[in-house]
Amino acid sequence: MEQFFQQLTNGLAVGGIYALIALGYTMVYGVLKLINFAHADLFTLGAYLGLTLLTSMALTNHLGPLWGTLVLALMVMGLIGLVGALLDRVAYRPLRSSPRLSAVVSALGASIFLQNTVMLVYGARFQVYPQNILPTAAIDLGGLSVPVVRFLVLATSLIMMGGLYLFIQKTKIGTAIRAAAIDQEAARLMGIDVNRVILMVFLVGPALGGLAGLMVGLYYGQINFTMGWGYGLKAFTAAILGGIGNIPGAMVGGLLLGLIEAMGAAYISMAWKDAIAFCVLIVILIARPTGLLGERVAEKV
Amino acid sequence: MSRKKTILYLALPGLFFLLPPFLNTYWVDVLNNIGIYAILALSLNLIVGHAGLFNLGHAAFYAVGAYTAAILNTHFHIPVLWLIPLCGLTAGLFALIIARPIIHLRGDYLCIVTIGVGEIVRIALINNVFGITGGANGIFGISRPSLFGVVLRTPHHFFYLIWIFVGITIFLFHLLEYSRVGRALNYLREDEVAAEGNGINTAYFKLVAFVVGAAWAGMVGNIYAAKMTIISPESFSFWESVLMFAIVILGGAGSIPGVLLGSFLIVGLPEAFREFANARMLIFGAAMVLMMIFRTQGLLPPKPRTYDLPEAREGEGRG
Repeated sequence: MEQFFQQLTNGLAVGGIYALIALGYTMVYGVLKLINFAHADLFTLGAYLGLTLLTSMALTNHLGPLWGTLVLALMVMGLIGLVGALLDRVAYRPLRSSPRLSAVVSALGASIFLQNTVMLVYGARFQVYPQNILPTAAIDLGGLSVPVVRFLVLATSLIMMGGLYLFIQKTKIGTAIRAAAIDQEAARLMGIDVNRVILMVFLVGPALGGLAGLMVGLYYGQINFTMGWGYGLKAFTAAILGGIGNIPGAMVGGLLLGLIEAMGAAYISMAWKDAIAFCVLIVILIARPTGLLGERVAEKV
Repeated sequence: MSRKKTILYLALPGLFFLLPPFLNTYWVDVLNNIGIYAILALSLNLIVGHAGLFNLGHAAFYAVGAYTAAILNTHFHIPVLWLIPLCGLTAGLFALIIARPIIHLRGDYLCIVTIGVGEIVRIALINNVFGITGGANGIFGISRPSLFGVVLRTPHHFFYLIWIFVGITIFLFHLLEYSRVGRALNYLREDEVAAEGNGINTAYFKLVAFVVGAAWAGMVGNIYAAKMTIISPESFSFWESVLMFAIVILGGAGSIPGVLLGSFLIVGLPEAFREFANARMLIFGAAMVLMMIFRTQGLLPPKPRTYDLPEAREGEGRG
């Protein structure tokens, strides 16, 4: 039973991270119908930028762990958001009117480019985050000791998800994003500046991905330039699981995938942990391509 | 085909086959690698270029072929080159099982699923699936192949094996391109609905392209295992698939000369500029983006099909 609850909390924490990354995929897919392969590398870049800022500015020394991390997170989100917008400007915008598969190849190219830029700048070896930032305490839950960090990670992702949900549902630009996702042409005719909508999507999605990168760095303590690839593919699986293009779907899918993976690692096989997510991906695409929360649309797949 | 072209097509390969005695072992080995990637890219070209199916897990089929050869050779001592047809068969069968349920998926979804399949295969190999793949260390001690009594050892020997295989591949794939299957594939790539409306069984032809391409990659896997005598899961990572994909896209999807040029540029050029070896993937990435923006069809795109019209009779205008 103890193992079950340990895996439950661990799965939810990792699931929260998947969900944050999945939001970026799903938002871009919703508006542009493009799988932004480079999103995974923006996530990696977030982790590395976080490390650089953390060690060079010593924020946590000046401001204390809480405020320091908060300022750090905001800086990383801002910077990665800008990189995301730049990425769209350079690699995707010139291809708006091209066949969709050209944009997919361009996304792949951008992903390879970003990943190798990180490698050339920071080197191919694992980099280590300082370990004295997050609390190492554990909460005692009825005889079960669960590290506080897991709750922090889960809480942060839930807050970000809640914030994003409100942003999409309640604000004017959020409404415009939803409109553009349903029908870009109609949205344009209704006076919505679709290019601004896309810019917004490429600011917000990567910002969340960058934050997820920072969280992975803080949570696991070490980062590598290829880590985005695994997380990205899993987050994309989460987005599909919940129904791609569907924002609450990405949140549910992320948490669910984190749980499936943690339980699979514990009860099926640790060595096959990474394969479990890909099996879920294949099964869901064969059985229910619109995902759990996606509505049935004939031309979806 | 004009006479001049025929001479050119015969003279170029002839000159190429005379090269090895003038090159040192290192450069012959580079040419061998180019040859291996050229066959792999040609097989992927059938799937990506002709059928328009985005397959980013081609290394999985390459791996199935290589492991078939390695396992049967090390356990049952069957001469490795005899296993070529069997390697093609296992890779093709594997592709059939994998592709059957997913072949209807649209472009980018198929792309993601093939990435997933490639990863599952790699993880399975690392985890020593069925206890026969040797885990992360792979399989070693594959016996040297022999051909007509000559044991192939040096890169110079393999040069002829690999490049004759390239030649056969080009010839067969050229025929396939101009066959009914080739036309059907191009049709469904351009407009699936119209193709289906004209009585082309799209799912069937997509599957044919996928399985034939995969089977061919499996045969290359055999050659690779024979050449290296040691194989490990590392050789069949996602980046191998990306490399093959980049060759096809940058060279010119659907064009045999394009794919050949792509192999020389992408596999050969980095050898010539070894000091930039680290930046190789970075340059590919940038090239893929730029190519899509400025020259979507690749460096040497396929020529549009030409058909000879019957001679117009006297008094009839050509319009």
